[in-house]
Amino acid sequence: MSLSSSLSNLSTETSPMAQATTAPYRVRRWTPRAKITVLLFAVAVAALALAPAVTGAAFMDRAVALFVYILLAVTWNALAGYAGQVSVGQQGFFGLGAYVTIRLSDAGLPVFPSLVVAALVVGAIALPVSFVMLRLREGEFAIGMWVLATLFHLLVNLDPLIQGETGVSLIALNAVPAETRNLVIYLMALVSAVAVISAMFLLLRSRIGAALQAIRDDEAAAHSVGVNVVRTKQVIFVFAAFGAALAGALWLAGNVSFQPKAYFSVQWMAYTIFMVIVGGIGTFEGAILGAVVFFLLETFLGGYGVWYLLVLGASAIVMALGFPQGIWGYLSSRHGLSLVMVGRHLEAPETEKSGKGSGWSADG
Amino acid sequence: MIDILLQGVLLGGYYALLAVGLAFLYSIMGIINLAHGSFAVLAAYLVLAMTDSLGINVWLAVLAVLPIMAVIGALVDRLIFEPVQKGGQLLSVLATFGLSVVIDNLIFQIWGANTRTLANALGDLAWASWEIGGLWVGKVSVYILLAAVGLLTGLTLLIARTPLGRAIRATATDPDTAGLVGVDARRARTIASALAFVAIGVAGAALGMRTTFTPYAGVTQLLFAFQAAVIGGSTSVRGTLFGGITLGLAQTLGATIHTQGFLIGGHLVFFAALFLRLQFGTLRLPKLRRAAA
Repeated sequence: MSLSSSLSNLSTETSPMAQATTAPYRVRRWTPRAKITVLLFAVAVAALALAPAVTGAAFMDRAVALFVYILLAVTWNALAGYAGQVSVGQQGFFGLGAYVTIRLSDAGLPVFPSLVVAALVVGAIALPVSFVMLRLREGEFAIGMWVLATLFHLLVNLDPLIQGETGVSLIALNAVPAETRNLVIYLMALVSAVAVISAMFLLLRSRIGAALQAIRDDEAAAHSVGVNVVRTKQVIFVFAAFGAALAGALWLAGNVSFQPKAYFSVQWMAYTIFMVIVGGIGTFEGAILGAVVFFLLETFLGGYGVWYLLVLGASAIVMALGFPQGIWGYLSSRHGLSLVMVGRHLEAPETEKSGKGSGWSADG
Repeated sequence: MIDILLQGVLLGGYYALLAVGLAFLYSIMGIINLAHGSFAVLAAYLVLAMTDSLGINVWLAVLAVLPIMAVIGALVDRLIFEPVQKGGQLLSVLATFGLSVVIDNLIFQIWGANTRTLANALGDLAWASWEIGGLWVGKVSVYILLAAVGLLTGLTLLIARTPLGRAIRATATDPDTAGLVGVDARRARTIASALAFVAIGVAGAALGMRTTFTPYAGVTQLLFAFQAAVIGGSTSVRGTLFGGITLGLAQTLGATIHTQGFLIGGHLVFFAALFLRLQFGTLRLPKLRRAAA
């Protein structure tokens, strides 16, 4: 049903003929609940922005980790959940983001701008890479990305500045007083997470979003109604690489030291996949929810080390086997719960007032 | 130089052996098992446990581990591969990745972080070598290359010539139709999975005999197996051997160019092979029906 709805959306958007014939129908892009969600989101962001006034360094430190997880989960979900390309190699971009930051800062760029510039540079690197990698399918794409991440890791190790696995620190940070440093990094991480969530929201509501949701539901069918599958996937691939790189740069800012092994570790993928699978792959809200769940688990159980990782892996299997739609997918399919309008509701005028179930919906 | 080439070929024999299980499973189920490397390392630890704590001869230990691997393979098929396949590729990638995380950390939990090897259990054989025209050739490496050729040939014959092989081929081509003509498709794929895991077991034993391993070595083994399979481009004996040996040569040559060139050389050849195939035709690993035809 979501396929037919995606198709119908596309046709209402693309062809004036269709628009004319469907004149009595109305495309709804907002619901009252969706408006309230956006409002609450804005309030929460404002509260988080003011939080440093009443909280300490420990709070900001942990919060930066949460924002990094959100960056990873939201952008990986865009790639795997919407574009259908399951990458096990985003740690390559994560590590590159940190590495390029160090290079830029070493070249004299002020340290905080270099965090963002590094992510942009990595996004630019990802564009040519996407031409080759996106030709791969499914498991081949997954491991191909993994090999790519390993190659990035090895190449970074060749740079004398990095000193191999010993690593190096983002020395420029030391020049900034600790209090200012914590505050700026916290705010940058917050802004980054909000920016990526908003970008994802706008992306999904745009033409690309309609194309993406059609690809997610059925790639061949999407192609047959005129969706440029390759171009759409490229946009998402670059977006995901940018997000992972930004996450890596921010992680570096929070931890100061750069050891290639820790940044290019596939562990990041284990975390990210856990977040998105548990939260609900291919749903907008699910990825964010998953990041929060993971963050809470880590905060309370992270001390258990190996057992903790075992549980993460096992729950990824159990979720993939038993609840592939994740927590959010379950809630929204069971209770019709949807907080954010990333799709379109197509409603016939006479049934408009009866509400749910009357129209066709194409929610993300 | 000849010495380097020889070492590369022998190393390639190991990679071919490592690639067998991965390529075989893919050709039959279309699943790329991301836990492949972890299971190879698990097999190495199982052999080590038997030789170390039970004092069994290393070859007997390998023979004992292979049926265990077969059972694991059958279980993994029923518990993970089969249910996950209905949900499409996405879920199989996620589930097998989760599985690799579980196996790696279980190994760590049971056997600890130490670097291990089976070389001690092999005794003198571990260092024994033949001298051919002034070159020293390690016996173990040669045995591994021979094992790769033997295993590949055996599997190919089994698939091409026996009733079981026919059932597996039918299942790989179309499980539903295979069922209609009286093939127990479910049984065929479980057996195929068990066979793939036996191959993984042999590769794991080879890993332990030729070098050292740690609980998290599975990641690297998976990447090597995948690279050899993709470079080889098919599940045939020749293709897999070609892939493994090309990878081995690229790595040994890379190592002579730069101290860190070992892995980089392999990765570059892998991407070159990918790129070539993007330009000149099909990229996918061929399904069994084409390879065996």
